[in-house]
Parts: sequence; structure tokens; C-alpha cells
Amino acid sequence: MSARARLAAPLVVTAAFAAFPLLVTGFYLEFTTKVMILAIFALSLELLVGATGLVSLGHAAYFGIAAYATLLLSPQYTAANFFWLLPATMVCAAIYALAVGALSLRTKGVYFIMVTLAFAQMAYYVFHDTPLGGGTDGIYLNVKPAVAIAGWTIVDLGNPRTYYYVVFGCLVLVFAFLAILLESRFGRALAGIKSNEQRMRAAGFPTFWYKLAAFTLAGALAGLSGFLVAVKDGFVNPEMLSWHESGAVLLMLILGGMGRLSGAVLGAFAFALLQLFFQWEVVFGNFAQHWQLLLGGTIIASVAFMPQGLIGLPAQLRAWRSRRAARARDA
Amino acid sequence: MDFATFLVQCLNAVQYGLLLFLVASGLTLIFGIMGVINLAHGSFYMIGAYLAFSLAPVFGGAFLPTLAAGLVLAVIFGYLLEWLFISYLYERDHLQQVLMTYGLILVFEELRSILVGNDVHGVPVPGWLSGSIQLGDLMAYPVYRLVISGVCLAVAALLYFVIARTRLGMMVRAGGSNREMVQSLGIDIKFLYRVVFAAGVALAVLAGMIAAPVSSVYPGMGAQVLIVCFVVVVIGGIGSVRGAFLAALLVGIVDTFGKVLFPQVAGITIYLLMAAILLWRPEGLFRQG
Amino acid sequence: MRKYPLLSALAIATVLAAPATPTLAQTGKLKVGFMLPYSGTYAALGNAIENGFRLYVNERGGKLGGREIEYVKVDDESQPAKGADNINTLIKRDNVDVVVGTVHSGVAMAMAKVAKETGTLLVIPNAGAVAVTGPMCATNIFRTSFSNWQPGYAMGVVAAERGHKKVMTITWKYAAGDESVGGFKEGFEKGGGQVIKELTLPFPNVEFQALLTEIAAAKPDAVYTFFAGGGAVKFVKDYAAAGLNKTIPLYGAGFLTDGTLEAQGDSAQGLLTTLHYGDGLTVPKDKSFRAAYAAAYKMQPDVYAVQGYDAAQLLGIGLSAVKGDFSKKPDLYKAMAAAKIDSPRGAFTLGKNHNPVQDIYLRRVEGKENKVIGVAVKARADPGSGCTM
Repeated sequence: MSARARLAAPLVVTAAFAAFPLLVTGFYLEFTTKVMILAIFALSLELLVGATGLVSLGHAAYFGIAAYATLLLSPQYTAANFFWLLPATMVCAAIYALAVGALSLRTKGVYFIMVTLAFAQMAYYVFHDTPLGGGTDGIYLNVKPAVAIAGWTIVDLGNPRTYYYVVFGCLVLVFAFLAILLESRFGRALAGIKSNEQRMRAAGFPTFWYKLAAFTLAGALAGLSGFLVAVKDGFVNPEMLSWHESGAVLLMLILGGMGRLSGAVLGAFAFALLQLFFQWEVVFGNFAQHWQLLLGGTIIASVAFMPQGLIGLPAQLRAWRSRRAARARDA
Repeated sequence: MDFATFLVQCLNAVQYGLLLFLVASGLTLIFGIMGVINLAHGSFYMIGAYLAFSLAPVFGGAFLPTLAAGLVLAVIFGYLLEWLFISYLYERDHLQQVLMTYGLILVFEELRSILVGNDVHGVPVPGWLSGSIQLGDLMAYPVYRLVISGVCLAVAALLYFVIARTRLGMMVRAGGSNREMVQSLGIDIKFLYRVVFAAGVALAVLAGMIAAPVSSVYPGMGAQVLIVCFVVVVIGGIGSVRGAFLAALLVGIVDTFGKVLFPQVAGITIYLLMAAILLWRPEGLFRQG
Repeated sequence: MRKYPLLSALAIATVLAAPATPTLAQTGKLKVGFMLPYSGTYAALGNAIENGFRLYVNERGGKLGGREIEYVKVDDESQPAKGADNINTLIKRDNVDVVVGTVHSGVAMAMAKVAKETGTLLVIPNAGAVAVTGPMCATNIFRTSFSNWQPGYAMGVVAAERGHKKVMTITWKYAAGDESVGGFKEGFEKGGGQVIKELTLPFPNVEFQALLTEIAAAKPDAVYTFFAGGGAVKFVKDYAAAGLNKTIPLYGAGFLTDGTLEAQGDSAQGLLTTLHYGDGLTVPKDKSFRAAYAAAYKMQPDVYAVQGYDAAQLLGIGLSAVKGDFSKKPDLYKAMAAAKIDSPRGAFTLGKNHNPVQDIYLRRVEGKENKVIGVAVKARADPGSGCTM
């Protein structure tokens, strides 16, 4: 990829996303909005998995907690103020992430995976079993938060096109924020922890606190995506915290490709489109009922044959081609 | 709660704990020795239950032949599965193992739906075990439940013996701690892993098969068991069969009394237990072995 | 493509977004969207509902109110978290006129919200969440099944009539269980009984032994329970295995023994349950329905098939009233709300909150059947508290 392409690609993509609502309305606009929210969710996990090497299988907890917080902190019949509700929900998610991180980061590897999963299940059961959030039926958001300064409404979140741009703005901000963060001293320390934690500790880095900071930050960003979903759908349910959601977001990461921020975004789109495609009766007829079989097969195949994800596919193909060429030369 | 009730509740707790141990032991073996995180373990439990249901007519409802046939199938199945899907995951990171086995869950569930359908099925308790014992004037306790506990205890003893006392167990322990070293000793580690994985699958299938008459057979039954087993393995210490045994009993007790004493928060009691234990010992109760 | 993965993803999205053709005027086909569980625990129920619906439409030559019917399906996976997205797929991508669904109450809640906001006609063929025809009720939301409150209330009345004074209840800690037990309590306490303890366990936990011991120790006059599917099978078997069925009678909402009898075997014999449908009804419509269903699908219908069948009937009555002109929504809804539905369960009407006003039958398990032995409560409406319409 030439230097010019490297610069141009993000600009073109950004412009395309910005222009998208001018061309499309209805289902695909809202679909894309939803997928962009998932992309933020996936990016938040990328900070943990891709950048720091911490595989969390309980990331849906922070997503769900913020979604619940959005509804529980909103007044019943009047609109909450967007500008304090958003940070408040992110703080809620971050607090739980801080607590879970403090406990789970004492463990490693397989342990860490299972501990994060178990703590997510705990949060799931809190919403599932207690009347706090309406139990299994979930609760509704009656009035969407107002983006208002001094009582003057700036934008209406109920308008799908407006909301698209709000979500798009968040996605760009999160992407840029993470890109800058990973280039910073902090980000490089995380990368160091990922490749060799002992060396980092020997070099005097308090690795536990670095990891805890990353974990909490990832929780807060997952909280942002939870907030956006809650405002979009106006409905939350305990299943948002289930381990299937945590598994799905991990899947997006590996499908897109780990270790690159754009991989997370690409993975979110690829995952959502695959699901939509496999459930498409026009193509699969009655077999569309068994779409999970196709999805499962795709997951297995992509783990087996595409370990670097979609984003790594070109490099993988190139390596394969040069290997073949080398073999041809030798023969 | 009077004393008699308390005793019966303790019996319930132990009985549930033992069954949990049976499922979790396979999980902890695969974790501890092969270092593979296997989300599909709950599916093996589900497959076991469905095998009990589907094989019963083949053997005219005879319990022991069904069980034997199921176990043979499970070992073959586990062996093939390791060869086809798991064998190249050892060098990869845990994330890929999580996803591979997550994909397997989806595939198993859908295949189950296509092959057997989505109805709930019952598996009869074998006739010669269908009696019950009267516990005071309180309630009857089915003999079959006690038999399940007996089988679980026997498996626990067998596992302990194999791992602690036999040559195979020694290889297994060595393989768990150092892959390269075992290989340099001339042990075929590929074969060893395949056997361990097959044994892990067989344990879960066994649990599913003997639990089927009391639990009945229904879609999605594997997912519930999986998470509880994770908790058991984490508390017990990954790879420790002894730890899994103690942890399963602990979880059985906390779950049983949680339901009775704190019904409002019964869903989270075992997770609170796990959190408390991790605060105390981040690596679980026991080191591997 | 290779260099711009994001861009290519976007390109795919745009291609998929090719403008969907809006439904042709009022003469073209009417699009019915099934949003039902086709995978997971409730898949069998989803299929039964769809079969029932199609049966009614096929009996009328594939038409309702003169309009040909076309179907679109989406698997809701019984996943509330995806509920809003799934119903949006039907409404906004597939441009369906009517949505029929679903089984799971949590998903139905998500659907009701979207239906209310978009004004899309929603017919619920199972999910019994009280709120959907309570605070969430709307002119465009109808239900052809039941509210969780109804069978519970009916059993409460029966239990009181049978002279029980102190009863314990046991259910999963989730909305359907709470609502069913709430209904039971209301009916039972009105008849002079008292619920001495409400036992719950986390959904979908099926380790009942601890709570059965509680029941055995407390020795109530009877036990009321709400379980469904795999949990129902295991509970009934465990209850019998503990010998409690000999000393403490067990009553349940009908789902305890519906579609589960083959799995429950002997342990379910003689159990009393309440539901709006059962075996051995003397309703003529039921006989013809059962024969037609068995001929079409080579299996016996169940209560879910009936609910699906009635969903189609309700829609048919509305469409006939406006002669197939779907744009006359107010008239359509008025006709549907006033409909008298000739159901296999016996004719029923809809209450103010669009929930069936129906007889709830008392049934006894005999062999593989839930034999109707009487009417527990007649023409009972759901209270629909919180519904302002």
C-alpha cells in the first residue's frame, strides 16, 4: 500500500460513511447505525484483546450495564439531558469494569477468560432476577434523552438520519481516540505487556495498573455503545448481558482481524452482514431456519483458515503466492 | 429449618455437587493438560443426554448396554473431533480456541435440531433402579439419584487413581506442565492429547447419559451446565481434578442453600462464592494435579 | 477491494440496500411477516404457530378478505436483545403489512414497542406478557393466545373451590412465572385461600430438589406451579419421584403438561391444569380443525397451532370488513377488536385491551391427553390494568 493510499483510504471511507444517509433511508440506514454501534463495541474490546492481549469473555456486561443505566437514570416522563446521561452511563460501566478488572487481572490466560465470563454472568443474573430493571421482560425508555444546552434542543435523536450521524461521530471519535492512545506511551506500554509482560515489569512498569486502566477504559467505551443501543431501541433486556453477546463481539474481532483498529470495524460489518445473509430466505429457502449452522461453520472455517482475519487476508494471500512461486522456482 | 430437613438439604447439595463434578472433571482435564479452553463442553453433555434417548430403543431400553455403546461412541467422537478441529489450536492463542469451540456449539445445536428435532423427551429410569427410599415422614428419595452419586464417586476415585498412580497419569501430568520435554522423552504427545480429549468428551457424555432419566432431554440443556462448570473449574483450580471435586461440592452446597435461604439472589450466589475465593486465592483452591 | 476493506464492506451494504419495492396498492398481495422462534428451545412452538396460520389461509384458497397472502419469515431466536432489530427487518426491509409473533415474552415486549411506534399491525399468537395488553396496549396490537394471568387466576379459583386453604407456589424467577403466580394468588385469595410461601429458582435452573424438600417440610394443602418445556418435564418427574404427588396435590398452568406428556410419562398422570384449550373438547370447530391439521401436516395440532390459526382468523375478519383495503386501518382495527372468533378452543371475543375473553378449561392428564373435565372460569377477561385505550 503506497503512502498516499494509506492516507487516502481512511478519508474515502469516512466520506462514504458520511454520504451514506443521503442515498439510503429506512432499514439499511438503521441497520448501518446498529452495526456502527457494534463497531464501537468491538473497538472497545480490541483495546483489551488486540492491544493488550487480554481475552475477555464477559465484555457484554459493560455494554448491558450502561444500557440499563441509560434507562434507569432517565426520568420517567421527561427527557434526560444527553450531556450528563452519556458520561453517567459510561461511568457506571467503568465502575463495574474497575471492580471486575481488579479481581480478574490477578489471574491469567484461560483463567482470565473464565473469570470475566463468570462476572458477566453475575451481572446478568442481577438484572435477570431482581426487579431493579423489570426482570426478564426488560424495561422501556419512554422519552429519548434530549441533546440540549440551556433548554434549547440542538438535534432530535428520534430522527434516524440524525441519529446515524450521532453514532457515526461517536465511532470516528472512538477510532481516533484509540488510534492516538495506542501510539502514546501508554499504548506502547500495553503493546509491551502483550508481547512480554515480565520484561515490562522488570523495566519498572507497574503492569497491573496499566492493565487495569485499559480494562476500565474498555468497559467505559463498551458502555458508550450500550448507551447508543439503549437510546436507539428504547428497550433493554437482560439478554444484552448474556455470554452469547460477549462471544459474538469476540467473533467480530477475529473475523475482522486482530491487532488493527480497522479490523474491529470491518469485523462488525462482516459479522452483521453474514448474519443477515444466512437468514435470507431468498437465497437459502427453508434452510434459512438453520442459519446458525452456516454461521457456526463459517466461524470454524475462519478460525481454521483465516487466523489473521479479513484484514490480514491480503497479506496471507501474498505469503501463500510467494511460497508457491518459491516452490515453483525450486522445482 | 429443622434438623431433619437440614440433613436432607445436605444430601441434595452433595448429590448435585457430585453430578457437577462429573461434567466439570472432563473440562478441567482438557483445560489443565492440553491448555485448551473448550466452550463446547456443555454440548457434549447435551449430546450424552440425546444419546441416552436415541440409543435406548436400539438396545430395547436396557440401561447398561446403552451406556456402554454411548461411551464407545463418545470416545470415537472425541478422538475424531480433536483430530479435525482441535489439534492445530495448541500453538494458537486462547481466543482462537474460544471461537472455534463457540462455532462448534452452534453447529452441534443446529445438527441436534435437524436430526432429533426440538421436542422435549423423557428417558425412563431403568426398572431395576426405579425404587425410592423413604426419608422419615418427609419425602421419598429416588434410588436412581443415589446411584448417580455412586457413579460420580466411582469416577472420581478412578480419575484420582489414574492420574496419581499410573504411567499414563504420569505422562498426562508431564504433558500438562511441559509439552516439549514430554516430546523429547519419546512420548507421542499428539496421541496422548487425542486420548485425553476423548476421555474428557466421554466424561461429559457419561454425565449427560446418566443424568438424562432425571433431567430429561431438551434443546439448550448444554449451555446452562457449561457456565456452572466454568465456575467449578475456576474455584477448584484449573487442571486439578481434586480441586474440581471439592469445588463442585462447594458449589452444590451454596446453590442448594442459596435457593432455600436467599431465593431473591439465588442466581448470583455461586458467582459471589467464586469472587470470594478468587480474592483469597487467585489461582483457585488447588494447583494442577 | 483489497486495499480498502472498509470501503468494500460499505459497497456490499449499498448493494444490499438496493431500493426495496414498496407493496403494490391495495390489490396486490398482502405481506405477512412471521417473527417466530425457528431455532432454540421454542422452535417447535414457532413451527406449530406458522402451520396453524397457514392452514387457515390455505383453507381460504390462500386469501384473506380477497387479498392473496405472501409470507416472510425471520428467526427471532427467542433473543430479546435482537427483538427490535428483527422486527425492524420485517417492517422496514421486507415492508410487511402485518407482523405475527412471537412465543417469548421478552421478545414480544421489544416487538410491541416497535409496533406501537411505527403503527404496524401486530398479532401476538403466544407470548403471555401481561404488559403487552396492559400498559403497552395499542389499537394496532392484538393477542390471540392468553395473558399469563388468565390460567393462573382460573387455577386459583379452582384450588379454592376444592377446599384448599394453605398453598405454596413454585416457579422460575422470571416475568411469566411471576405473572402466573400473581394470577393464581388473586383467584385463590378471593376464594378464601392463602398462599403461604412463594418459592422461586433462577431461570432456567432445573435443580428442584432443594425446593421440593422445602415443600415436603412445610406440608401445604397443595402446590401451584408454572413451568414450561424441559423444566416442566423435569419438575413433574422430580415431584413424583419424591413421592409428593401422593400426599400434596400439584396444580399448574396448562404449559406444565402441554407437549410434554410423552416425556413425563406416568409421573404426570392425573395432574390438573388450566388452559384455554385441551383434548376432548365438544366444540364442532375443534373436530374439523384437528382433522384438517392432521391431514395437512401429518401430526396432531397443539394449543400453539390453535393460536396461530386464530391469528389468521382474526386478520381475516378484519380484512373482510374492509374488503381487503389495508389502508383503511381504523376500520380494520375496529372490525378486529369487535371480532367474534370461531376458534377450535370455542368461540371467543377480544376484551378492551385486545386480549381474548375466553373460557379457561380445567383439564386432567389421562394417558397422553389433557382431557377437558370442565370450565374453570367462564368468559374471563384479562384485567388489562394500566391499559388506556
